[in-house]
Amino acid sequence: MTFETLLPYLMAAIFAMAFPLVTGYLVLVERKILADFQARLGPMRVGPHGLLQPIADALKLILKEDTVPKDADKFLFYLAPLLSVVTAFGSFAVIPISATLRIADLNIGLLLISALAAVGVFGIILGGWSSNSNYSLLGALRGAAQLISYEVALGLSLVTVVMLSGTLSMQGIVEAQFNQRIWFLFGNYGLMLLSFFIFLIAAVAEVNRAPFDLPEAESEIVAGYHTEYSGFRWALYMLAEYTNIFIICAVAATVFFGGWLRPFANIEWLAYPMDAIFPAALLFLSAWGCARMKLFPFTALLGISGLVFLIPAVATALSAPFWFFLKVSAVFYVLIWFRASWPRLRYDQLMDLGWKRLIPLALGALLANAIIGML
Amino acid sequence: MPEGYLPILFLLAIAIAFPVIALIVARLLRPSIPNPAKLEAYECGIEAEGSSRGRFTVRFYIVAILFVIFDVETIFLFPWAVRYKQLGWFGVAEVTLFLSILIAGYIWARKKGALDWV
Amino acid sequence: MDAALFYTFAAITLAGALATVTRRNPVHCALGLIFSLLGVAGLFLLQAAELLFAVQILLYVGGVMVLFLFVIMLIHLEQAARLRQYSRQWPVALAALFAVFLEIYVLAQSGLPGLPPSPQPRLNAGGNTERIADSLFYVYALPFEAASLLLLIAIVGAVWLARKKEQPQ
Repeated sequence: MTFETLLPYLMAAIFAMAFPLVTGYLVLVERKILADFQARLGPMRVGPHGLLQPIADALKLILKEDTVPKDADKFLFYLAPLLSVVTAFGSFAVIPISATLRIADLNIGLLLISALAAVGVFGIILGGWSSNSNYSLLGALRGAAQLISYEVALGLSLVTVVMLSGTLSMQGIVEAQFNQRIWFLFGNYGLMLLSFFIFLIAAVAEVNRAPFDLPEAESEIVAGYHTEYSGFRWALYMLAEYTNIFIICAVAATVFFGGWLRPFANIEWLAYPMDAIFPAALLFLSAWGCARMKLFPFTALLGISGLVFLIPAVATALSAPFWFFLKVSAVFYVLIWFRASWPRLRYDQLMDLGWKRLIPLALGALLANAIIGML
Repeated sequence: MPEGYLPILFLLAIAIAFPVIALIVARLLRPSIPNPAKLEAYECGIEAEGSSRGRFTVRFYIVAILFVIFDVETIFLFPWAVRYKQLGWFGVAEVTLFLSILIAGYIWARKKGALDWV
Repeated sequence: MDAALFYTFAAITLAGALATVTRRNPVHCALGLIFSLLGVAGLFLLQAAELLFAVQILLYVGGVMVLFLFVIMLIHLEQAARLRQYSRQWPVALAALFAVFLEIYVLAQSGLPGLPPSPQPRLNAGGNTERIADSLFYVYALPFEAASLLLLIAIVGAVWLARKKEQPQ
């Protein structure tokens, strides 16, 4: 057993162990950013600037009573959240963090993500149905119908990406962007921008985010498909939801924004500025921000990390994961921005947008890209 | 089995194990004091009205069947997209014909009002 | 390793199929079918048919089974579950089962003449998706176009069926 053969297993284990905690912090980041949009402070009580809030939340969720409605279908009620979590986690396997850091490089990577997302729909349908509550069932049906409506547009926009890359492997898609000296976002003389916007809209709908969060529209159907879930089972649904958000951001970053590649990856003399100076500058800026918030341990940590990034060897090793996670964070920020800016759609508007606008647009974008790409 | 799938199976196994273990731990820690009112299905405090395994609008059925059709179509496009460069204009022509037949069906369904939600 | 995985996937397939026919609750039946289809997808994977594996999950599990569940939710479940519609066919079913087992036994005893030795799957040689694309778009171009006609008929059928149902009673 060499290190190379063990690495995928190690990454799988680290991901599965660490992601629940990461999810907690994603929620905190989201709450903080939303609060900022609304000129509030957000969580401030637990720990400095609410930094221990996720830990407190996790403890609370484990200690909460777990009620199962008396008419519920127990077996399905227990199974459904598990199904959601497993399918969401599985998608991470094909996301490449750098040229070597990945769990698996499959020939059908992109399709595997779609396939697992398709199975994830059952977590919603079965969870809502087994609860035997009107709100749950309505939320489940809405959720499932929404997911499948936008999956078509999502798939069609990904076809245009595959046309450019000539492979379904996530690794291969990033390498194709390196070889063609362009992020696919700007491919086909800018026509891929259209595909990207279709992808973004469909992706937001796929992960049930505002303005497409109808399956859990609290003003109409309480909490949708997980109305009857409490305690840790509810937490599993949240875990699956945020994992899906992370996955969709990672897919966007990988197929449209060059994945782990730094900007202008083909220009040699930009290597040091992009691999070392930019990350270091960003870390120093964050350190300064932490100092202003009087979080001095973090200032020290971020400052030292920034200095470490200036060592050329470290920069070459760490720049790929740095750029990957920076791009993922940027897309995640955009999703929060959407949530802060737009009111929720009505259900018929949602279906109209999916079937009458997005699908024709996606078909048009596909044919246009097919013709332009040949020229 | 092709290379690369074993780590995925391993990941899926951990993904199953983690929630199951956490649920067992939680079961040992959390209180469990059920009472009849607590176990009622939630309906804003009033008693639940009717069975919630009732019937639903046929709209959902249309959406599902149209989805299956368009899903099949998208799946056909993926192999083409992989060989897009090699198949050249011949492939583009093939797919254009394939899609135009489907688009005709889509326009017909839309005219018939099958895509209207209300 | 491959043998162990084969038996695991085969067991999942069979157990799922068994659950599909024995459970009374239609949603449980559907779940059984989902696991059965996933098992078949795993068997495809063992044969190195990666694209088929993904398509099996995407279309059958993610598409057709969602449709099935929606249809199940359109009907009155309590009423359907109470019916014992197949009880009278017990003897016939047993006879059929016996006949099938006899057939399998005879075949297993005599062996299958004339079948070529099972081809070894070529692991990742040239890319599974690429080879499917080449045969689909060069050799079988006409059936591929005909498939779109089939899908067109499916659209027409679905829309027409649902419209009939919508007439006020």
